[in-house]
Amino acid sequence: MYPSDYLYSREHEWVKVEDDVCVLGITEFAQQELGEVVFVELPEVGQVFNSNDELGTIESVKAVAEVYTPVAGEVVEVNDAVVDDPELLNEDPQGEGWLIKLRFSSAADLKSLMNAEQYEEFVQSGEA
Amino acid sequence: MTQSQTLKRTPLYDCHLEAGGKMVEFAGWEMPVQYAGVIEEHRAVRTAAGLFDVSHMGEVSVRGAGAEAVLQRLTPNDVSKLAPGRAHYSGLLTERGTYIDDLLVYRLAAEDFLVVVNASNAGRDFAWMEARAAGEAEVTDASDRYALLALQGPQALAILAPLASPEIAGLKYYGFLQGQVDGAPAIISRTGYTGEDGFELYLSPEDAPRIWRRLLAAGAVPTGLGARDTLRLEAAMALYGHEIDETTTPFEAGLGWVVKLDKGEFIGRNVLVSQKAEGVPRKLVGFEVTGRGIARQGHGVVSDGGTVGAVTSGTFSPTFEKALGMAYVPPAMAAPGTPLTLDVRGKALPAVVVGMPFYRRAR
Repeated sequence: MYPSDYLYSREHEWVKVEDDVCVLGITEFAQQELGEVVFVELPEVGQVFNSNDELGTIESVKAVAEVYTPVAGEVVEVNDAVVDDPELLNEDPQGEGWLIKLRFSSAADLKSLMNAEQYEEFVQSGEA
Repeated sequence: MTQSQTLKRTPLYDCHLEAGGKMVEFAGWEMPVQYAGVIEEHRAVRTAAGLFDVSHMGEVSVRGAGAEAVLQRLTPNDVSKLAPGRAHYSGLLTERGTYIDDLLVYRLAAEDFLVVVNASNAGRDFAWMEARAAGEAEVTDASDRYALLALQGPQALAILAPLASPEIAGLKYYGFLQGQVDGAPAIISRTGYTGEDGFELYLSPEDAPRIWRRLLAAGAVPTGLGARDTLRLEAAMALYGHEIDETTTPFEAGLGWVVKLDKGEFIGRNVLVSQKAEGVPRKLVGFEVTGRGIARQGHGVVSDGGTVGAVTSGTFSPTFEKALGMAYVPPAMAAPGTPLTLDVRGKALPAVVVGMPFYRRAR
């Protein structure tokens, strides 16, 4: 369920590193907890974030969730498809439902993240 | 997860797990927030029929020669006009005319009433009523006697009819009868909280799981509290803790029709008489978000840099596929068409006042 080439945060974001850019999204667990997503707000290309900054919000029928970036960097691409069609986040949160691509400023940020096995344990421990 | 040990469960708990319900805490109860999904369940109620477990609601029995007089004093609607076999919407008010709770009063017989209250207030409502019945009527907490199912939607009658007393087809809105469902005794009431035709079934806890399963087998869709909230919001029905609470009066909430000032004395009447004469300081309005986003309870209504009101409920409407909500605003801003600015987590979100209800079923 959780791809082994992704890294995961305790706030249920995933990142996939592609050279100096990482793709960022929310995990399958986050999607299930939220329920049907009806609104997505994302930053604009060129915006710069520190790690743990809020970069957008996702709203389901019943709740709102903030999305935090676990890595610092500059937004280089935004997934407009998910803004236009928020259901993509329920259907494929770890693929087609990616949120943004970020050129990260410090690879050190990645060290605090979990691998797939650790994240799976984290989710199943009930602490999540 | 230790909390679940102290949460109450309805007689339908196993049925919810069977149906894939996602259980959450609600007002001290472990209740299903959704099964297949809020939007899908919402649409099932609008187009076919949904089945809700609302057994967490409280029931208070008020009986005896003084029962009518007690309820006349405790509630603003006119109980003397309520015939046996009819129910009406009313409330429990403080001396300030504000809501302790909203409720339904069923007149089972001349001197026998059933008052149905919100789960979150049930203990307090019962204590309030018992203390003020002062030996005139017998007030009993009857919550454990009843499981309560709500079958709602245009197909509700067709699904229930083969299982229930034949007279149900003739029930008018807010009428009820004491008959049977699947051979078990039931109060069958043509009421609901969705804006659709439908029934509420007061059943014994032992019979309820079997009847739940039979209604699902007959085509009703299990529907959770998530859809109950989006459905009632589209129908612009008040929810305690949102549109009404101990700071709001029926006139402010647009519920003046439950207040019968000419029926005689009742708790809160003096304040309501003067509010009727002087006008309300704020009004509940419906709004539609015109910008991108969803306003939720607690978000401010802002004007000229100051906060002038507050959102009481807001959600994404599955029927209209846009963000709707209700808010208290100054009377000068209450006319449909008035632009509003909502403060959503520090961002200005434009909205416009629209008439309520948002949704009205075709008849």
